[in-house]
This record gives sequence, C-alpha cells and structure tokens, in this order.
Amino acid sequence: MSTQEQQELLSLHHVVMEFKVSRRATVRVLDDVSFSVKEGEILCLVGESGCGKTTTGKIAAGLLQPTRGEVRFRGQNVWTADKATFRQYRRGVQIIHQDPYASLNPTQRVEDILSAPLLRHKIARNRREAHQQVLDLLRTVDLTPPEDFIKKYPHQLSGGQRQRVSIARALTLHPQFLVADEAVSMLDVSIRVSLLQLLERLRDQMGVAYLFITHDLAVAKYFAWEGRIAVMYLGRIVEIGPTPQIINNPQHPYTRALLSALPEADPKATRSKQRVHLRSLDVPSLLNVPRGCSFHPRCPLFEEGLCDGKVPELHAASNGVQVACHLNEKVTA
Amino acid sequence: MESLRRTFRLLTYNKVGFIGLLGVIFFVLLAFVGPYFVPLDTKTKVDKIYEPPSKTFWLGTDSEGRDIFSQIVHGGKDVLIVAFLAGIISTTIAVVLGSLSALAGGGVDGLIMALADIVLTIPQFPLLAVLAGLVKFNNVTLLAVILGVLSWPALTRAIRAQVLSLREREFVEAARALDLGTKHIILKEILPNMMSYIAINLIFAMTAAIYAQVGLVFLGLVPFSGHNWGVMLSLAWTRGAIFFKDSLWYIMSPVAAIALFQLSLISFTRLLEEIFNPRLRTSV
Amino acid sequence: MAETTQTPYTLKVENLRVSYQAERGKVKAVRDVSFTLQTGETLAFIGESGCGKTTLGLSLIRLLPTTAAIEQGKIIYHHNGEDIDIVNLNEKQLRRFRWREFAMIFQGAQNAFNPVLRIWDQFWETARAHGETNKRRLRERVEETFRLVQLDPDRVLRAYPHQLSGGMRQRVLIALGLLLKPPLVLLDEPTTALDILTQRSVIDVLRDLKGQMSFSLILISHDLSLAAELADRVATMYAGTLVEIATVWDAYYHPLHPYTAGLIRAVPTLSGERQDLVSIPGSPPDLISPPSGCPFHPRCPYATDECRQKTPPLIEAENNHLVACWHWDEVAADGGARMKEQVEA
Repeated sequence: MSTQEQQELLSLHHVVMEFKVSRRATVRVLDDVSFSVKEGEILCLVGESGCGKTTTGKIAAGLLQPTRGEVRFRGQNVWTADKATFRQYRRGVQIIHQDPYASLNPTQRVEDILSAPLLRHKIARNRREAHQQVLDLLRTVDLTPPEDFIKKYPHQLSGGQRQRVSIARALTLHPQFLVADEAVSMLDVSIRVSLLQLLERLRDQMGVAYLFITHDLAVAKYFAWEGRIAVMYLGRIVEIGPTPQIINNPQHPYTRALLSALPEADPKATRSKQRVHLRSLDVPSLLNVPRGCSFHPRCPLFEEGLCDGKVPELHAASNGVQVACHLNEKVTA
Repeated sequence: MESLRRTFRLLTYNKVGFIGLLGVIFFVLLAFVGPYFVPLDTKTKVDKIYEPPSKTFWLGTDSEGRDIFSQIVHGGKDVLIVAFLAGIISTTIAVVLGSLSALAGGGVDGLIMALADIVLTIPQFPLLAVLAGLVKFNNVTLLAVILGVLSWPALTRAIRAQVLSLREREFVEAARALDLGTKHIILKEILPNMMSYIAINLIFAMTAAIYAQVGLVFLGLVPFSGHNWGVMLSLAWTRGAIFFKDSLWYIMSPVAAIALFQLSLISFTRLLEEIFNPRLRTSV
Repeated sequence: MAETTQTPYTLKVENLRVSYQAERGKVKAVRDVSFTLQTGETLAFIGESGCGKTTLGLSLIRLLPTTAAIEQGKIIYHHNGEDIDIVNLNEKQLRRFRWREFAMIFQGAQNAFNPVLRIWDQFWETARAHGETNKRRLRERVEETFRLVQLDPDRVLRAYPHQLSGGMRQRVLIALGLLLKPPLVLLDEPTTALDILTQRSVIDVLRDLKGQMSFSLILISHDLSLAAELADRVATMYAGTLVEIATVWDAYYHPLHPYTAGLIRAVPTLSGERQDLVSIPGSPPDLISPPSGCPFHPRCPYATDECRQKTPPLIEAENNHLVACWHWDEVAADGGARMKEQVEA
C-alpha cells in the first residue's frame, strides 16, 4: 500500500475539550488539537501527565465528545452524521486500556466477555458459532491453547494475559483503528515486547491503524519507528513528525528536554548524555496555563516579548516535521 | 458431585455467615413448615397459666395456659412474609431509581434525588402511625408494600453512588466502545458487580421492615390479625408479663425469636460477599 | 560467602529467608539471600513484580507486615567499628535505629503525607517522635537539607501536601530521610509515577546528594534505566533469590545470568538504531511451591536437566561478578543471544 493510496482514516480538527470544575470555572484540557491518521498508520502520542493525551485518545475513540472541533472518520464528521455512520465509526474504532486489572469485568468469564459483542452484532449467529470465533480470537492474541482460557475469570489470568484478552475483545468487531492508551505501561518489562509485537502483527495482517499513547519515548521509538510521533504539552501538540526525525533531530525545546531527560537502560549512554537545563522546575497546572507559548516559563530559549505573547501555531520546520515554536519559525523563515 | 462439594465449601468458608445461613433456614422452616407439624394451641387451660418449660410445653405457657412454642411456630409466617416482600419492594425501587438517576444524570437525577431528600426528612415511624389510622393494615401484602415504598430513599442514594462509580470503570467504557447497548451495560456490566451490595442492602431492608412492623403491632397501631410475634409481644406486655418471674418466658420468647432471626439475617450477610465475588468463589 | 569483605562494608546480609502466610499456604518471598553493601556504594536491586525485592527492603528495616516473618538469617549493620544484627533489635532499639542510622523511603510514600498538616509540622512531629527537642536546630537542618534537594524552604515548609507536585513531595521525603545524615539509605521505586522531567530532577538530586553526603544507598526498582543512572553495582532478583550481582557495567554489557541478559535486552533505549528487543515468555513462578532446582529453568533457553534438579549457588564466576547459574559460561560466550530466539509460547 503506497502512501498515496492510503486513505485518511481518522482525523481531529481543531478539537477543544473543556471540563467544568466548579460552577463558574472550566479547565481547558485540549486546546486546538489537530492530526490525522491514515489506514494502517501508527501515530504515537507522547507527553507527560496532564498533557491531554488520554483525553485525546477518548475523543478519537468516540467515548468523549469534544467541546469544539471536529472528529472525522473516513472524511465524515461523526458527531453530526446520521446514526448509521456513527455506528460504523463506533465499531471501527476500539480502545485498549492501560490497567489490565480494571479493563475486564471481574464477574464475567473470558468466553462471556468475548462472545457478548459477537452475539450482539450478529457476527456469530448462535452460541456455538460464538464459541468457535472466541477460540480463534484467543489464538490470534497468542493465548494458546485457547481452551485453557475461555472458562477463566480475569483474576485467574496474569497481567499480560489480561491485556491480550482486552486486545481480543477490541478485535471482535474487526476494527480499522485501535487506540492503545498506555497499553503496556503496567506490564512487566519482560513481556511488554511480546505485546508490542502482537500489536505490530495485527497491523501487518489486518491493516489496523494505531493511536499509541505513551509517556515512554523509548517505547514510542520502538513501536512507531515507521510511523509518526506527536508530542503534547498542556493540551496542545507542540511537535509532530516522522519518528526518526523526532527522536534524532527534535525541533521543539520541550521535545529536546524530554529526550535528554529520559534515563536509559544503558549506563554509558545515560550517564554521558547532554542534559537540557530548564529555567524552572515548577510544573504548571492546567488551571493556570502560562500566556503565549505555554512552555515559556521553563524554556531555555525563552525570548521575552515573543514567547509570552502569542500562542505559537504548528508550522513546517527545516526537517519536515511540524513544530509550534516562535523561535523555530524565525529560524526557518 | 464436585460442584456440590465446592458449593458446600464456599458456604462454610465464613463461619459466622454459615451459622447465619443455618439460622435463616431454621426460622424459614419453622415459620412455613412448622405449622403443619405443630398445631396451634388455642385452648385456655386455667390450671396451667405461666407454666415453666417442660416436656409438653417446650417454652412454657402464656397467661391463658396456652403453649408458647406453638404460638412461636405459627407466629413467624406473617413477620417473615412482610419482611421479605418489603425488602424486595424497597430494593427493587432503589435499584431502578438509583440506576436511572446515575445513568441519566442531569435533570432526571436532580429530580429523583430531590424527591429522595424530601421523603427522607419525613420521620418514618410517625408517618406509619398516621397512615395506620387512615388505612386498614389488616393485609400482610399491604403492610409490606407501604413499608417498602416508604424506605426507598436511603438505599436509592447508595445504589446511585455505586452505579456512578462503576460507570467510570474501564470495562464499562470498553462496553460502550463495543456498542453493546445500555441494557447490556446495566444488566451485564454494572449490576453483577453490585450484587453483594444489593443483597446486603436487601437484608438490611428486611431487618428494618421487621422492626417497623413489630413496632407498629406492639404499639397497637395495626389491628391484630393472627398470632404473629408482634402480637405476642404486645399481649405479653399489656398483661404485665415482665413483672413476674414465671411469665418471663411469655414475653421473652417472641423477643428471642425476633432477635435471633434478625441476628441470623445479619450474620448471613457475611456470606454474601463469598457468593457474589468470583475471586473468592473460585479460590475455595 | 564469596564476596570480598576486605573493603569496608555497611551492611552484610547472610542467608536471609522471609515468608508470608497466605490463605493457600506459605509464600517464600525471599529465599536464602546474601549480599554485602560496601560503604559509600549504590547497590540497585532489579527485578520484576513478585521477585521479592520490596519484601527484602522491608525486612532490612524490619517493617514487614504482621503476616510476614524473617525465618532465618542475619542482617548485620556495621558502623563505627561495631556490628549490630538488625534482626535481633527490639522495638525500642529499632526506633532509635531507624532514621538516625537507616533511612528508608518507600514506594508511593509521596502520598503518605498527612493531608491536614503543613510540611513543617510533619517534620517537627516526626522529629519529636524520634526524640528531637530543639526546634531551632531542627529548622536550621531542614533548611540546609532542603537547599540540597533544590527546594525553597520558605515556600515549601509553609505548604500543605496537596499544594506541592508529586516531584516536590518526593524531594521533601528525600530531605526528611537524609535530615539526620544517616549512613544507610533505602529507596524503593523513588521515581515510579513521576513524569520524565520530574524524574530527571529527582535523579539529579539523588546523584548530587550522594556526592555531597557520602551515604550507602540501596535502590530497589523495576526500572532498569534508573539503575543504569545511579547504581555502582546491580543485583538481579528472581523468584525470591539473588541470581546475579555485578558492577553496573558488567550487568548491562556483560551479564552472566540468562534472566539478566533477557531483561536488559527487553528494554528499548533511545540511543542508536531501533534494536531487536527480546521478551521472556511465561511468568514468574508460584512462590508457595516454587519449581525445583533453579527457579528460572521453566523459562530459560539454556536450561538442562541439571538446572531442573539442582539449585545453582551464587558463585564468583568472574572478578567481582557473582552469578547463580550452571551455564553462565555459555551465556558469557554468546552474550545471552539465545534469549533472542524465544518465541511466545
């Protein structure tokens, strides 16, 4: 599938998400977020807590309606479309949660959890067909022999096995798009890779596209090497582009700070890394977003008058990525 | 055979709960099966007033020489029926309104909660007393319905809180993403995770109903119908049975019956967690 | 014990065995663990969930829950020429011992603050409980330590816990732990649940403190990158046993135990090309009835019958590099490459 032929699958356009925190105050969790993901593509959303990546994931999966802005599935605005279109969208996009201990109903066996969507949407016409399909699904997610797992309750499975059941559940409706919200963060390191490899395989075999949300840049680099990374900060995307560029040639000072700050499982590399020093150790809160470029109180390149004035928009940087930084704009212009 | 053994192990897992279960079974049998075996003694025997317990009169005799034990056996039926019915009614109302309130949110939620607050402020017992004066409570079902309908607010609030918290759980969100429908979400995702909570509240609703009806009967607000424990208590009281050593059995028997049944119910709730929690179910 | 004891040591643990009483049986959480903590070094214990490292940490400071017990072993604290076996201390002695001699900060402790007390009050209450009476002297010390962890004492001491970020609370705890300049410090997962930039500030603070205050540090973490940053030596734990102890360089570049090799290769790094990562299929064993012989054999591609029958002892395979494996030489020869060929079962 060449990139020209790949259709745009899911996109967000100028999405704003606000929540009421008290009778008068609202907090803006997402501010003008836009991106699009093509069929079979991987887009990684990285950022620290409070940046809005989980909220973005829920909006992408249709579980949350944005305060403003559009969510488009195959070109159609899902929140203004007719019920049939919305239903297609709802089934075409599924979510895999972070916590393997909370994402499965503890009172249901694996077979019940997986048969429910199959029967409800008539993908299986009766219990016998559903049973067979459940066995196939379990094989797809490497839970073999599947007969060992169908009668089990979630608490009888390990964290990794639970995540696989979650993935199998997401696959029941043959989705084209999966939102993986920190899907491997709570798993032991030694099994993370096999889960990631499973997700890759699903993409290769079934053409599934991913919105992969993580705070771990190293995992993002591994999983999305052939895809793109979007870096979020306080509700905005500050940099977005192909993974090799973002990792090896980051343009935004925040991205550079993140990459330099990340400790690595390689003593030589991590102890000799050049650190980016931030102007302040204070972490701003969403209730009090700094004026202009929200990163300016901590940014080592801060220029008074420029960075605390207007909010920077995403523009094309020298290496092809999109970055939201006034100084970068000055340099590229 | 294996599943029977497992069930037995599960039920005996919690000793207190198991004893409670046995107690409940005992009283149920006593009240519903007992009357077929123990005839009600209505014969006045002037020479056997306030006899102490003996081989013929297991709990002694009352102020008219009648066998207390037979009265206890026959006196449980009404009490248990009212308790059970009232419990079911109030729990059903609470589950329906509580879930509706939590899932619909907004104006519906506000309305139901406001209603609940209003009903909660009305003192229940005086209200019952007033109602008793207006409506004839001679029907067991009627009493049960009224008790059930009056006690829904507190439980509704509790159910609503539970549903609200369960609604945010990730597996519920996954069910939404899979478009499984509201009915499925309520019946298959949310309610099963609340079963022990609902069951425990049902039991407590039953105990409250027992106190309410016994209280009403004791105060003479409900016209005497039958020989239930409340009536025994009331009669014993008015006859001054607490003042004499010999008559102590007359007044303490219904008290003991009521108290022991309540205790069995409450102890039984310990076992409910075991029954409804799959993790405990499968580890036994 | 094959470790050299000529170098000055602060802590020597010998044949420690700790078990929990669970419904189903006795969980052997720590099985025959022995190691020496050299004075001034940072020893990191790495391993995944259930390996026993947190239980080990709790037993060192005698803070095990009532369901757990130290069944046997010695925990010898060596300071000022004296040897004290921590296992034998009574409650009163322990209270004097903790904080003054041995400070510990456990996982999730940043949430253990009393929400209704200001930070200064929490410091003062803690100090009083340990016998401190001079408020002014304490205040001076607190301010001095706060500057070392890059906290503004005026601002932070007046604040309530909820007004501080997670990273700041963690640094407050580090300051609290180091207040009396204890020679021995234990940190359990100090950077879990912290954001990348906050993590970085905590790691840098710890490194500075280590340089300025020269204490011996036991670091417990599942995060291999944290150990890579701070450790002098790394000890790998699996199923309650110590399977390898080596310098941080040897552990990461020249591991001798298949599990360590697998772990290192399972973690993606930022530098360099995209690597081929490894996963270790299977899961940690049931500690109520652990497998016979080497606990790792069910998941190990180097396993032979000997591994299934005999438990390998911890031996000094190479200079200052201890490993518990019958086939460590094979692992050394192929650099743990056989871990790569594992496919999910």
